[in-house]
Amino acid sequence: MATPLTAVELKMHKPRRVLPGFQMTLGYTMTYLSLLVLIPLSAVFIRSLGLGWGHFWEIVTAPRVVASLRLSFGAALVAASINALFGLLVAWVLVRYTFPFRRLIDAIVDLPFALPTAVAGIALTALYAPNGWLGAALKPLGIKVAYTPLGIVVALTFIGLPFVVRTLQPVLEDLDKEVEQAAATLGASAVQAFVLVILPALWPAMLTGFALAFARAVGEYGSVIFIAGNMPMKSEIAPLLIVAKLEQYDYAGATAIAVVMLVLSFALMLGINALQSWTLSRHGGR
Amino acid sequence: MQSRVLAASYEMSDAEVSRAHGPRPRRRPQWGRLLLIAAALSFLGVFLALPLLAVFVQALAMGVGAYVAAIFDPMAWAAVKLTLRIAATAVPLNLVFGVAAAWAIAKFDFRGKSTLISLIDLPFAVSPVIAGLIFILIFGTHGWFGGTLRAHHIRVVFAVPGIVLATTFVTFPFIARELIPVMQAQGKDDEETALSLGASGWQTFWRVTLPNIRWGLLYGVLLCNARAMGEFGAVSVVSGHIRGLTNTMPLHVEILYNEYNYVGAFAVASLLALLALLTLAGKSLLEWRQPELRHSARQPPDRTRRERT
Repeated sequence: MATPLTAVELKMHKPRRVLPGFQMTLGYTMTYLSLLVLIPLSAVFIRSLGLGWGHFWEIVTAPRVVASLRLSFGAALVAASINALFGLLVAWVLVRYTFPFRRLIDAIVDLPFALPTAVAGIALTALYAPNGWLGAALKPLGIKVAYTPLGIVVALTFIGLPFVVRTLQPVLEDLDKEVEQAAATLGASAVQAFVLVILPALWPAMLTGFALAFARAVGEYGSVIFIAGNMPMKSEIAPLLIVAKLEQYDYAGATAIAVVMLVLSFALMLGINALQSWTLSRHGGR
Repeated sequence: MQSRVLAASYEMSDAEVSRAHGPRPRRRPQWGRLLLIAAALSFLGVFLALPLLAVFVQALAMGVGAYVAAIFDPMAWAAVKLTLRIAATAVPLNLVFGVAAAWAIAKFDFRGKSTLISLIDLPFAVSPVIAGLIFILIFGTHGWFGGTLRAHHIRVVFAVPGIVLATTFVTFPFIARELIPVMQAQGKDDEETALSLGASGWQTFWRVTLPNIRWGLLYGVLLCNARAMGEFGAVSVVSGHIRGLTNTMPLHVEILYNEYNYVGAFAVASLLALLALLTLAGKSLLEWRQPELRHSARQPPDRTRRERT
């Protein structure tokens, strides 16, 4: 006699994964990721292993290479700092105040994400060249921007601008106005409330935005090469030196510099991830 | 009892104050706010509006005739066509990947999920120049497959396939990282219902999942396409700069600029700037339709997941 299936038995027979396609989509994801990203990236590391430690160290510590790495990381640091400061200002103004064309200006903040870097590069050069709109105005003050490291900082500031604004905006929107009002009720001035109440809540997001802008700026190429002047030892960024070595068929040199940049960038990315999960645990714990 | 009396008296005095002096003064001084707005707008004006304006002014510096002539230059047209071809290959490749990755990550739980998400983001941490270099190391003359490719007369580097590879690498994460939070927010109840009503897996995907994620998908495609058409560094390294053959629009801008043909360079650049403005307009439109798309671009994909739990 066949007994009807009970609810318990039904549950037992039910497969653990109801939706289909898990193996197919995960398999495709892993294959595509490996073929396009992981294996090609590993090529750089495998090729650099062939150099031997002595040769690798010799390439990487050559004065021209050290100067370019120092410039890339130094200019990125300065640009990301400018972005952190002004990004806070822009995010604050966009979230807290209403003024004409606010929505339009908010949309325009993403321009550096959408504008091709080569276009940004020639536009900034045209502006800051000695005969450009801004270059001509700065010349009497003795400030040269185009074809100097200062020009590199300008280009990297442009490129990194949206990162801090976009990481700060959601945090600022979530921030309880009541806390500020409480501070004001207790006699704090607007500046005190900002420094003692708002800033401590913002700085993890600010640091994340700073790190994202920094990471992007370190590897940036297109917007920089037009405005930089590209003088070895003075205004030559590390990505440009990689290109220069490739053009001389110096694959070993290009690979070694790439490895140094990749290791530093990956370390930075791990740092950003740790920072973000730390921010989330603080932010989400409210 | 006493406190209620106090509150009542406070309210009354407050009302009397407004009657006597008109509306109460604002908490924050107006000039401080104006100063901050002015400072922020000046910063954005100098760093965003001026460069954008400069592109169009420089392009039209020699008049509309020179501008139109520069745009309809055959080499410029070849660059436009190549750019469209590259984007038409790279974007669909990353679209299929993005949907597959988002399906696996958003609808299922498995070990190593957060590692996989980090790996998908990897191309964002790689300098565009290095993205080009890796394909030269593999497919170049002295690369891993250089000999084999040459034996079969297949060109990858310094040819269109190399440009497609480099562009696909650089734009790899865009669609996946838009879709993962969107799919996570949708959950899997709709799909489970469709399946229990007898729909097949593909029917469920086409009729339930895809309509649910269409705006997020479009958003990702928009951002991916902008980067694919505008990519410079990676493409520059693998292209070989062969005019009319491997010259994309951004590379053509560079060539013209280096030849001191500024009107030509800025004319092609103005087309790319228009593309950027269209992208921003489309992005704003989608954000206005779907407010939750906003801010997802730069958030870690697991943010929404953790917020939900």
